[in-house]
Amino acid sequence: MGYIKKSPWILHYDGSSCNGCDIEVLAALTPLYDVERFGIINTGNPKHADILLITGGINAQNISVVKQLYEQMARPKAVVAIGACAANGGIFAECYNIIGGVDKVIPVDIYVPGCAARPEAIIDGVVKALALLEQKGH
Amino acid sequence: MGKRTIIPFGPQHPVLPEPIHLDLVLEDETVVGAIPRIGYIHRGLEKLVEKKDFQQYTYVAERICGICSFMHGMGYCMTIEKIMQIEVPARAEFLRTIWAELSRMHSHLLWLGLTADAFGFESLFMHTWRLREKVLDIFEETTGGRVIFSVCDIGGVKKDIDDNMLAKIVTVLTELEQELKTLTDVFLHDSSVKHRTCGVGVLSKQAAVALGAVGPTARGSGVAKDMRTYGYAAYSKLDFTPIIEQQGDAYARMKVRIGEVFQAARLIKAAINLIPEGPINVRYKGNPTGEAFLRIEQPRGTVLYYVKGNGTKFLTRFRARTPTFANVPALLETLKGSSLADVPVLVLTIDPCISCTER
Repeated sequence: MGYIKKSPWILHYDGSSCNGCDIEVLAALTPLYDVERFGIINTGNPKHADILLITGGINAQNISVVKQLYEQMARPKAVVAIGACAANGGIFAECYNIIGGVDKVIPVDIYVPGCAARPEAIIDGVVKALALLEQKGH
Repeated sequence: MGKRTIIPFGPQHPVLPEPIHLDLVLEDETVVGAIPRIGYIHRGLEKLVEKKDFQQYTYVAERICGICSFMHGMGYCMTIEKIMQIEVPARAEFLRTIWAELSRMHSHLLWLGLTADAFGFESLFMHTWRLREKVLDIFEETTGGRVIFSVCDIGGVKKDIDDNMLAKIVTVLTELEQELKTLTDVFLHDSSVKHRTCGVGVLSKQAAVALGAVGPTARGSGVAKDMRTYGYAAYSKLDFTPIIEQQGDAYARMKVRIGEVFQAARLIKAAINLIPEGPINVRYKGNPTGEAFLRIEQPRGTVLYYVKGNGTKFLTRFRARTPTFANVPALLETLKGSSLADVPVLVLTIDPCISCTER
């Protein structure tokens, strides 16, 4: 963790996931791992956020919401796609209303595997995104 | 009369992780109406029965919602068993009940935490989620998963819990109950919590019945509706009476859920006491032919499953009517006349699970 020079603020959006990954994102923030003690805060405002954590695939209704959230974030920014659904649609890939993974709409930097992704894996993804933010910042 | 303003609430908002959109019609600070707009998480998984066979579909059913994942899997399996007339072994019925009640504990604790967060009591939120992790540890030790377990299968369950682990669950729950008592005393007696919940979002008994509310939303308004009284799985062998409150406000609904956390712990201990020895699943042959309805009680209320089979391994139709879907009219009713600052608490008060609702 030597390269953490700043505490990122996180924006969490549930694309079309089943909630499994979302409650694990919250579990990483709450006493199990308590990443808030490092100043990593879950913010509701995209303009304050450095990292977008997104779960679930993209469907016709949320496509514009995801684009808008990404565009509102200030540079440098990183996107972490959490879980199998965010990567390629996962178990729902064949559903008629699923267009695909998050990378169909916005550029994704880190993919976190799992169904549901474990909190350890999510934290690992955020740490990797931090290293990317450092690079992008220069 | 003030000027009418429409405030968009969501889909991305800080109240709960899931997207729901409400157009709140305001007169000054008072909400006079709310128009919901859903579909942000619609996947269309009911139609997936045409692409995945009925055994594979158990995994899809579990992913209708990650919070009541086990109960969705269990409800789907029970519906298939009803069509195919599969007799599930008694031990499997008890194991299902234990996991289902543990799911109820974790779901209600999750909700209590989010509610504390919604009215700005951050430390209470953190402590509730700290205790919730103990329930998740039991899940991980018995099934291998934290939120999605895949232990329920058509004809029984896939994993057994040995006697040492059962004894350990009792010990953990006894300790947890002590800690929960201290925690829930804050929810029930703290003046700031009472200030945000007492008398807020009153739903009368008549309205709850007329709008078809289910689960703790209905039971908080004095409607004694709980599917567990019909005794599916092992509930018929356990001493069960639904918990009911009369006031119908946010505080009453919270009180019902807190009561159900302790009740779930009691039911799990009673089930562990009575669990018989024997096999945990049965073999079956063939494909489902015919149709069946089934209702079970989830943390959020009654869920209804409908399955129609045609003799092939692909089902013709699967339908799930989830509790949040039934509770949305009740939510819109409670929002009318509330103040804008109470909207987050009111949205949470029905324990919304948008992922269930939109499937």
